[in-house]
Amino acid sequence: MSALQRKLMRDLIRLWPQALAIALVMAAGAATLILGVGAHASLSDTRSAYYERNRFADVFATLTRAPKILADEIGRIPGVSAVDVRIQKTALLDLPDMVEPASASIVSLPDVQPQRLNILYLRSGRLPVAGDEREAVISEPFAKAHGFDLGSTFQAILNGRKRSLHVVGIALSPEFIYALGPWDIMPDDRRFGIVWMSEKTLAAAYDLTGAFSSVALKLLPYASEGAVIEQLDTLLNRYGGLGAIGRKDQTSHAFLDAELKQLEAMSRILPPIFLVVAAFLVNMTLTRLITLEREQIGLLKAVGYGNMAVGLHYLQFVSAIAVIGAAIGIAAGIWLGGGLTRMYSDFFHFPFLVFRIDPATYLLAVGTTVISAVLGAWQAVRGVVRLPPAVAMTPPAPTQYRQFLVTLYRALGRISQTVTMVVRHLSHGWIRTASSVLGIALAGAILVGSLWSFDSVDFMIDVTFHQADRQDATVSFTQEEPYAALYEVARLPGVLRAEPYRSVAVKLRHGHVERRAAVTGKPPGTDLSRVLDQHFTPVRLPESGIVLSDMLARILDTQVGDLIEVELLEKNRRVVEIPVTAIIQGYLGLMSFMDIDALNRLVREGTVISGVHMIFDEEQRVPLLQELKQIPAASFVALQRISLQKFRETLAQNILVMITVYVSLAVIIVFGVIYNFARISLSEQGREIASLRVLGFTRTEASSILLAEIFLIVALAQPLGWLIGSGLAYMMVKGFESELYRVPLVLEPRVFAESSLIVMGAALVAALIVRRRIDRLDLVEVLKTRE
Amino acid sequence: MSAATLRTKGLAKVYRTGAVEVTALRGVDFEAREGEFIVMLGPSGSGKSTFLNIVGGLDQATSGEAWFQEHNLTTMDERGLTLYRRDHVGFVFQFYNLVPSLTARENVSLVTEIARNPMKPEEALSLVGLEQRMDHFPAQLSGGEQQRVAIARAIAKRPEVLLCDEPTGALDSRTGVKVLEALLLVNRELRATTLVITHNAAIREVADRVVSFGDGRILSVSVNAERKPASAISW
Repeated sequence: MSALQRKLMRDLIRLWPQALAIALVMAAGAATLILGVGAHASLSDTRSAYYERNRFADVFATLTRAPKILADEIGRIPGVSAVDVRIQKTALLDLPDMVEPASASIVSLPDVQPQRLNILYLRSGRLPVAGDEREAVISEPFAKAHGFDLGSTFQAILNGRKRSLHVVGIALSPEFIYALGPWDIMPDDRRFGIVWMSEKTLAAAYDLTGAFSSVALKLLPYASEGAVIEQLDTLLNRYGGLGAIGRKDQTSHAFLDAELKQLEAMSRILPPIFLVVAAFLVNMTLTRLITLEREQIGLLKAVGYGNMAVGLHYLQFVSAIAVIGAAIGIAAGIWLGGGLTRMYSDFFHFPFLVFRIDPATYLLAVGTTVISAVLGAWQAVRGVVRLPPAVAMTPPAPTQYRQFLVTLYRALGRISQTVTMVVRHLSHGWIRTASSVLGIALAGAILVGSLWSFDSVDFMIDVTFHQADRQDATVSFTQEEPYAALYEVARLPGVLRAEPYRSVAVKLRHGHVERRAAVTGKPPGTDLSRVLDQHFTPVRLPESGIVLSDMLARILDTQVGDLIEVELLEKNRRVVEIPVTAIIQGYLGLMSFMDIDALNRLVREGTVISGVHMIFDEEQRVPLLQELKQIPAASFVALQRISLQKFRETLAQNILVMITVYVSLAVIIVFGVIYNFARISLSEQGREIASLRVLGFTRTEASSILLAEIFLIVALAQPLGWLIGSGLAYMMVKGFESELYRVPLVLEPRVFAESSLIVMGAALVAALIVRRRIDRLDLVEVLKTRE
Repeated sequence: MSAATLRTKGLAKVYRTGAVEVTALRGVDFEAREGEFIVMLGPSGSGKSTFLNIVGGLDQATSGEAWFQEHNLTTMDERGLTLYRRDHVGFVFQFYNLVPSLTARENVSLVTEIARNPMKPEEALSLVGLEQRMDHFPAQLSGGEQQRVAIARAIAKRPEVLLCDEPTGALDSRTGVKVLEALLLVNRELRATTLVITHNAAIREVADRVVSFGDGRILSVSVNAERKPASAISW
């Protein structure tokens, strides 16, 4: 080992706390990079492989009923490579281990040939025998949630008739990686599952012999999805087609996409923050180290080391820190990645999902970390290279301070000299001060930029479940029922109040923009399921006209008073022009509302309803749920309170993990910045602080100089952190905004306060550690030596 | 005869670093009266700085006693010593130890802000002849001027004790004489008991008494029958 390498090793050991503080900031950058890029790659690679192996379809459509012969015609649409027609329905289940009703998506399996698309991944058992009325394959998460195994049985109401089903297989499907029940806000594997049965059986049960109600298409590469969808819609028009969708609107795919988008955002925002802070820290620490080693540098050059050799020595020093940081970060990233993958497996059901990292990602993590260190060191090292040895061996020119803003200063009257010291020292080393302020601000921004989402979710829940949809449960009927169905539901035990609704699938058009949506009809002045305007005040639906959610209005580019085209996708498929009468608040999906009678007049079907919202007496819950399970006309019973509770439980589990991660990340930055700042400041001012002690300043008074500097930096960083954090939150809101859901930007003062408290707490701990060094200053030793 | 301001009895100090013990003082008995100007001579390691640090409240003795007026310094805790330094002692060091980010005036104010009965910073600076340089930063002053700011800072609290460790050590003869003149002037004006450590034997002639240290003890004490003014000496 050469002498310079030995010096490097010893410098690292001597400066280990500072080096470690910097390495940890770098580690956080590398870890978030590994985690973000790794999880993104794992998730998207697994999805692609799964899609390809199990032939996930590209286009999906549901319809009322079409003859199977139509499949040939669909197959002739240019660009279509495979067609799979099937029967798909939603049905109520009566499960032995549950009081509340569950539902399932019932999907047919072809009896003759094997599945062409969305092929099942059979975990155990076999497919049902053609025409067997009892045999069913169920989705694995649903089976797990109920402890079902091969041979288990449960009850399902298929088209109003209760049957006992017998589990012969347990499977996964690329179509239901994320299986969300109707009206649900997150998957609940207990209350929603997938049941696959023989086509013959389902055709008989639903009176669809020789017919189908759902179609999936695989497209040729380079086929135009839009063109295929348009032609498919034309073909299905006559058969009650509800409008075809591409993958981007398929629920499971869309939610996975949203998650991927979030991971991508994380790996674009977080690692750069850490690497920038790391570069600042390297810069300020190395600049100080070089100042202290000035004479050694002169000596090295004087005895014949070249400029490059000396410059390289310092670059190696920071690169060593970077490599240590990257190593810690990679280890942490892999560990966190394993945890994230486990968390994913609760929501996303893949046959396999492993957190796997491409070797290139490791290289990227090490590379970016080293580059940030070298960039941070650049300016200081350039100074070393340029320093002539003769100059280096003489003491540096004394620091020149300025009496800035003298007049203002005098005007302020008596200002203590210690405050003057603090202000002058901070303003003299303004680059270091500014980068420290920015570093702390970024830590605050990470906190504001993550903690806001909890309030935002709370706000969304409050608006959606406490102000808009206040019902305890919603019963959806298989098909439209006469108004009398409302009174039947209202008569069930414990129902305190019931309100009907009508839902019609439509296409809304304005100009050349078109969207598939559902118009919901409600009676005027409903009390349970209400429509809220943009100020969250309940809106009374007008007798004519349509009300659009703000997102839908924005997509269609309409304002109140505009006429929009409404194409009914059910029944008579009329196209009518209706005025937009109000724009309302809506976070989930694309929503539009009409008066229920106006809607029924539009469909020309008489007074019918699609379902009933209700609130019930908690005391009567069990008998009521028993009754609801048996309603033959119902396809689904949504239990909003239970969904909400489940949502909150899952959120509470994840919140703790998320808060821990984000707080740790912020604390690492704050600690890295403050510890290094304080050590450097102490190294520069140790002599002055010792002088103050000699002059009779107490320990507290003397160390208050350093603490005041830190306080000022942390204080200055707060508003900046809030601002950057709010910007991050805004970017996230915009980034997550999709037609599926939208997150409101809610920034409660509490979030700013909490972020600042966490930042200040971490800063205080770092400052107190450095303060202990002040208490241990050897006064005599310091004063006897020349700096 | 005025009362003793500083008094030590059997003062000893042993430094322990690991297994090594270094005895810096081996029982020093000493007394200094109010207003006395005492020069302390001796080679490096003779114990004079250790002695100065203990009577200045910067260090603690291993055994023996040190008294300031009727206060026993050897029994004081850290806080008591800090208050002793704050209220009664002025220090001047070889390397000035000024705060570089404060001007001359502000450096002095540093002390006047916390002292009980200080003079104005301007008054202290005038005493050392720096009334024209008050708003200069240390980096804008010569070595001698910086040392005079340090003296002004040391005396602005009107200390009873003024302790100087090699105050002219870093200065040339001409500048050193000016600093010495300043020290003699404040000693006369404020009647502060002044102890000056030096390697420079020429300075002995301005003192009331000269104490010679060697091997942790006082070897000899001589009284100057006639004190020379600073301007009369050079080195």
